[in-house]
Order: sequence, then structure tokens, then C-alpha cells
Amino acid sequence: MASPETQTPETTSEVMTINIGPHHPATHGVLRLVVDLEGELVRDLKPVVGYVHTGIEKSCESQSYWKVIPFVERMDYVSYFFQMEAFCGAVERLVDLEIPPRARYLRTIFLELNRIHSHLVWLGTTGLDLGAISMLWYCFRERDKILDLFEMATGQRMHTRYFQVGGVIEDIPLGFEAKLREFIADMPVRIGQYEDLLDRNEIFLSRTKGVGIVSRERLLELGVTGPLLRAAGEPWDLRKAFDYLAYPEVDFKVPVGTVGDNYDRYRVRLAEMVESVRIIEQALDGLPEGPYIADDRKYVLPPRSELSTSMESLIHHFKLVTEGYRVEAGEVYYSIEGPRGELGCFVLADGSSKPARVHYRDPSFVNLQAFRDMSVDGYVADMIASLGMLDPILGGVDR
Amino acid sequence: MPDAPGLELIRGEIEMDHPGAVLDSSFDRGQAALVVAPEHILAALTWLRDSPGHEYRFLSSLHAVDYLPAEPRFVVHYELLNRDRVERLRVKAPLDEQEPEIDSCVDLFPTANFQEREAYDFFGIVFRGHPELTRILLPDDYVGWPLRRDFPIGGEPVKFTYNERNYG
Repeated sequence: MASPETQTPETTSEVMTINIGPHHPATHGVLRLVVDLEGELVRDLKPVVGYVHTGIEKSCESQSYWKVIPFVERMDYVSYFFQMEAFCGAVERLVDLEIPPRARYLRTIFLELNRIHSHLVWLGTTGLDLGAISMLWYCFRERDKILDLFEMATGQRMHTRYFQVGGVIEDIPLGFEAKLREFIADMPVRIGQYEDLLDRNEIFLSRTKGVGIVSRERLLELGVTGPLLRAAGEPWDLRKAFDYLAYPEVDFKVPVGTVGDNYDRYRVRLAEMVESVRIIEQALDGLPEGPYIADDRKYVLPPRSELSTSMESLIHHFKLVTEGYRVEAGEVYYSIEGPRGELGCFVLADGSSKPARVHYRDPSFVNLQAFRDMSVDGYVADMIASLGMLDPILGGVDR
Repeated sequence: MPDAPGLELIRGEIEMDHPGAVLDSSFDRGQAALVVAPEHILAALTWLRDSPGHEYRFLSSLHAVDYLPAEPRFVVHYELLNRDRVERLRVKAPLDEQEPEIDSCVDLFPTANFQEREAYDFFGIVFRGHPELTRILLPDDYVGWPLRRDFPIGGEPVKFTYNERNYG
């Protein structure tokens, strides 16, 4: 292939504006790209978003706090546990509710399972874009195991509504631990297989190495976080920086890249999956006994068994389900490390039982601003590769 | 987060360089916030970003909030972050209700581009000097600012025609 510099002006004189999407298999969702092309070269690029905007933030304002959880899960539909954690964590900070240690560990386990799941979806679909078609089936095989685990513990494969303000809704069932251990023993082997499949794939290597490089200073200016930033050599991970859940108590590494090209982005995400497996293993080993949800009846539903014997529990249950709990006026911004970067949730409470504002700082939305820098003056095909490596989830972008 | 005394120090230092810029400061639930007069917002943000010893160089999030029925209603929030000291600081700029306008901070923080468009899209807050202030998530011909608190949630009534036809 001729490099961008060697194309002569005669062959590439005309700039043409081309519309890609909104419905296009390579845009990973409903994303429209308005691209200025000079021959095969991208000279300018504008992402147009909003095609799956569903007004979730507005809807949240008319729901009591506990009913908001299923709404926010459907924003970024691949990392639903992270969406729940961002909201529940923010509300817990608003009402100053401490969650029990077992809940912290269970949440950590499910978040990291979700991170692997999210990266598997990314790896499969991006492999599909880059000519490694079989990757999709390998990745979705392991993803299905994770969904089986979710179903076993929560009853749902996706959008589980498992995290509650105060902890998690139910303890993990009998046999879950054994199944999870089987998975974490298996997963590093599988990740090695993915590496074998891709690292010697000539097409994949030539389409990722040296493509889509953005300097780390520019990425920071653009507010990019997550694997994209780490691939450019910046070891910034909110799990290390801030103290939340069980992350301070487990040992894990933050993988970083050196060049910041698409190949580094791929390596960083694969290494992150290995680290996630390590976190799950440690959290499972250190899983404390005890309650899985806080005992504060003003915010947490009483156990079902108490309803038939305790009048007080019945009253609490009735009040919590009908009206919901009231939250004193105040505002909190709580951010966690999602699979795509900093996922922040801002909740404003006005003293009623419904939030006055719920805002999500979605990493895909912010990261998408770096897409122009990644693609300009490269080939169209490289733009598609960069978009895959950017890994935007349009449900999260549009909310 | 800077602690409560640290926040007052920052406030005092900004006051020295830009008198009248900081209207208020609050420390609530472990989160520090400065309320800055909107006409001084760029000066305050530049100061926080570049002064040695502070260097809140990363803008995590920019969002607008409608505090109806409080006055002033519209407030733009800037969630600043110092990544070296791992400290967050929220800067709030309260805006006029009739014509909510504020200077755009895209030149200081390029990441604000999409986020200011989002705030414009949902609240009708005009960011002066923004390179491309158009609706981002809603269609261009949409009328109204839907995330304002007085904007009604619409909806279509469910028609139970099946039951009426068969059992009515």
C-alpha cells in the first residue's frame, strides 16, 4: 500500500464528503460519520451522535431513587454493572450509607466480570472489522460463560439490577463460587489463545501497528480516559487513584502502552482482562462472611421473611416501595473506572424521594472527541480500525 | 479533594488575583465546591489550571444543573481534577435565568466541546465563543430545552383498543 505521503496530487485532488452510517456495521452502533475524503485519505471527520437518545436522564428525575437503577443500566448497555455502581455509589455518598464488606467484594467481583465481558465484546467485534472473523465466535463463547454467571447470581443475563443502594440484592447462590473458579482458571488460557490468533495475524498487525497514534498530552486535553489513555503511556486508573470498593485491598497492575497506536490499545485491553481475572480471584479468596446489604431499614428493603412476622418491617417495606426514601438536599459526583474510562455520575438531591438531576459523564461520549485526531490524514480503512479500537458504546454516548 | 481549610485557602488566593470572582465556597459530603461569578469563569478556571501548586489540569466533567425553584436557577458545573494529588474540585457558575450565557472554556479544556454542546442542547445555556454550538443529542429542529425542570415529560396515552374491540 502506498503511504499517505506518496500519493500524488493528480490522483487525489478532489475532496469528497461522504456519509458513513448511522446504520453501518462498522460503526458499532448508530453512529454517523461525516467524512471528507481525498481519494482514500481522510482529511476531516465529524461524528454525529444522538440517534439513540432516549432521554434517560430526564426519565430518572421522575422516578424514586431505587427505580432509577434499571434506567441507568440501559445507558451503556455493555457495562451495566458499572452504570449501577456509579449511581448506587453516588446515592450512598449522598445519604452517607456504608456498605458491608461482603457487598464491597461482591460488587468488585461483578464489576470485573463485567469489564472482561465488555472487553470481549469489543475484541470480538473489532476483530470482525479487521479481518479476524473467527474472533467473534471465540470471544462470544467466553462472554456467554460470563452471562451464565450473571444469570446464576442475579436471574438476568443482561441488565441485572443486582446492585442496590446499600449493597447487592441477593447473596451469590450455592455453586456459584465453584463455577466462577472454573471460569477464572479457564480465562487466562483463553486470553492466550486470542493473543495467538491475533498476534501472528499479518492483516491484523498491519492494520493496527502505527495506526491512529495520538500523543498523551493531546488525549489528556481531550479528556480521554481508560484504556485509550493508558495505551499512550499514562498510568491513570481510578481504581488505583481513588479509594472505592475492594480495590485498595487487592493487588493488580495497570497495563500501559508505549506508542499509543491501535496495537497498544489492543494489548492494553487484553492485559486488563488478565488483571481483572486476578482481581476476581483475590476478591473471591478474601470474600468476607456477613451481610450482603446494609442494615439501615430507612434505605434498604427488609428481608422477605420478616414481613410476615414484624409489623415494623411491613411498614418499612411499604414506605420504601410506595414512596421511596427521601434524600436530604445535596449533590455528589462519584466516578469509577469503567471499561472505557472515567464513568462519573452526578446526582442532585432536593430533599424529595426523587433525584432532581442525574447526569452521567459517559467515557464513550468524551472519548469520541479524540476520534478526529486518531483518523485525520490516514486511510478510510484505518479510520474503521481506529473506531473499533476507540470502542464507543452508542447507548452510552446518546443516553 | 482539598479539605475545608484548603478550599478556603484556594478561595483566598483567587480573591487576591481576581477580586469578586468567588461568590461562595462549600464543603459538603467530602466534596469541595467553589461558586464563581460567571463573568470571571475563564479567569478562575485559568487560574486553577495554571497556578503553581494547584494545577487542576483535567476537566473530568462539565454539566448543567437546573436548581428550580432556587435562584439563580441554572448552574454550570465544572468537575476539575488534579491527577498528581488526586484531588477533585467542583467549580459552579450560576447563570441568569432569562438569558443563560457563559464564556466557553473550549480553549482551556478542549474536552468541553461536546459537553458544552450537551448543556446547550438540554438547558439552552449559550456558551459564548464555542466553535460549533449546535444541538448534539437531539434533532436540530427540536423546540425547547428538555432537561429544564419545568419542561413537561410528554407521552402518548396507551389505547386499549384490543380489549375494547373484543370485550368492550
